[in-house]
Amino acid sequence: MNFTWTDEQQMMQRMVRQFAEEKVAKAAEHMEKTDEFPRHIVKEMGDLGLMGIPIPEKYGGSEMDYSSYILAIHELSRVSAAVGVILSVHTSVGTNPILYFGTEEQKQKYLPKLASGQYLGAFALSEPGAGSDAAAMKTTAKKDGNDYILNGSKAWITSGGEADTYIVFAKTDPGAGSKGISAFILEKDTPGFYVLPKEKKMGLHGSNTTPLSFEDCRIPAENLLGNEGEGFKIAMANLNTGRIGIAAQSLGIAHGALDAAAAYAKERKQFGKPIGQMQGLAFKLADMATAFEAARLLTYRAADLVAKGLPAGKEASMAKMFASDAAMKITTEAIQVFGGYGYTKDYPVERFFRDAKVTQIYEGTNEIQRIVIGKHYLRD
Amino acid sequence: MNIYVIMKRTFDTEEKIQIDSGEIVEDGAEFIINPYDEYAIEEAIQLRDEHGGEVTLVSVGDEEAEKQIRTGLAMGADKAVLIEDEDVENGDQFSTEAILAAYFKDQEADIILGGNIAVDGGSGQVGPRLAENLGINHVTSIVNIEIEDGKAKIERDVEGDQEFIEISLPLLVTAQQGLNEPRYPSLPGIMKAKKKPLETLDLDDLDLDEDEVEGKTNTVERYLPPEKEAGKILEGEIDDQVNELVSLLKNEAKVI
Repeated sequence: MNFTWTDEQQMMQRMVRQFAEEKVAKAAEHMEKTDEFPRHIVKEMGDLGLMGIPIPEKYGGSEMDYSSYILAIHELSRVSAAVGVILSVHTSVGTNPILYFGTEEQKQKYLPKLASGQYLGAFALSEPGAGSDAAAMKTTAKKDGNDYILNGSKAWITSGGEADTYIVFAKTDPGAGSKGISAFILEKDTPGFYVLPKEKKMGLHGSNTTPLSFEDCRIPAENLLGNEGEGFKIAMANLNTGRIGIAAQSLGIAHGALDAAAAYAKERKQFGKPIGQMQGLAFKLADMATAFEAARLLTYRAADLVAKGLPAGKEASMAKMFASDAAMKITTEAIQVFGGYGYTKDYPVERFFRDAKVTQIYEGTNEIQRIVIGKHYLRD
Repeated sequence: MNIYVIMKRTFDTEEKIQIDSGEIVEDGAEFIINPYDEYAIEEAIQLRDEHGGEVTLVSVGDEEAEKQIRTGLAMGADKAVLIEDEDVENGDQFSTEAILAAYFKDQEADIILGGNIAVDGGSGQVGPRLAENLGINHVTSIVNIEIEDGKAKIERDVEGDQEFIEISLPLLVTAQQGLNEPRYPSLPGIMKAKKKPLETLDLDDLDLDEDEVEGKTNTVERYLPPEKEAGKILEGEIDDQVNELVSLLKNEAKVI
């Protein structure tokens, strides 16, 4: 076992942390107040090579390994979970499907723009009536000459309205269940494609979540990703690894809350001494720190498997489930450490708490993760 | 242009300094590029991008400094030299400068940039000493520089005022805060940095004896500043408060 980062990864961690604390922290305050999408941060992340971390150099990426990418999501989410999810969705499910399943032409056309941050990527699988049960989707894609015509709607699309490309899933053979689903690369200005008003969310302010609608939306057949009927396979393959991104986001949120709670416990005095010196508080912080460390190990272990090209479905689900549950627990306790102050918007812990909740829900609810883990475990 | 930057590995400015038997404890501490040297590296890269040429980083230190040098290369410098000074006894500003002078006497530098001070020692001595030793011009604490036809137009910070100077190359300058905003090393930059040339030299390579560069200063004692105590809050009628304040300033603080 090897628990050390390479020199490059250490350099990268320092850079991302510095960028997060100096630039993202300021943007996060503004995002929290206005719910505005942080365009300038996406541009700066592009300039730093963060929008294409695991993408090969020949497609304009930074060609670092999967663990380095996870490290970046973790460090960004420590300051802003919204920026963390923008990068995670862009990379894991907005860009990677083209890298893994695209034709050479599709890769040449889209990857350099996505990897440089000129384009932002999104992923459109869920529908109002098809969440965990993706195969129940109703959106259809009908072949018509050299085009596919899409009709239907999508829900909960991260970066909806801000993204330049969307990986969209639709049924080309409605009678064939999950085997009738195909994947397409959709460009934002395609006629018949509409972005509906964004959701007003509990947290992740500044990250857009919108429904999408397709009305006789024509997509050129050359934008079919993989073969007809391979959509479900493509979705599942990228969601599996995408879950590690959400684990890393959870880890970042937990890290931010833990740092804030520890600093406060050293500073805040009651009964003549810092509250951290009271055993009750120290025990609480010890449990929080241990949960964080366990989540960190699961997450980076899963990332390391992906980096080495090994199967990681079970480990990704375990990391996502455990890290998001840990984030919820740690952020809840962080507010407790802050007492009344933690319940106000003057301190960051209430934001971490609201941001943590969704990590138990999206990219597969934790209930679905338990089903996945159970299946793997009983099969292996 | 042949552009050189002299840089130093220093304690992270957020690091809490601990002293054990008169020595600063380095175990577990984070190290960074001296922040003023970061301005120098950024300016060097900008000068190269405008005028062409190469940026070479030069650092005197131990092998641990390689990390900070690689970070400078990741920012965009072209190559680097690390001169190891582990054999130097009681090294100080004189030692560092003497070693650098021995290195630079064989180089043809158009401009050498460095930090105004290092945040650890804080002497601000190495740059000016090196320029004097090499017999070239120097300007400290610069906040702007433009180079044209072998001349530099410089704005320097003089304790809050500005001084404008025109001076000819070759030249050594030291960077003050405000000169620029150093870039972050990009990921492609980080990946390229490990392939960039980093030459390691020791005193023998520079024909120096350990005795020649032994420190000239002697550290008598090292101690931490006294812990800051909570301020005093005066209460009562405003006239009484004023009287008490004046009396405290006179008798306790002894400043009036």
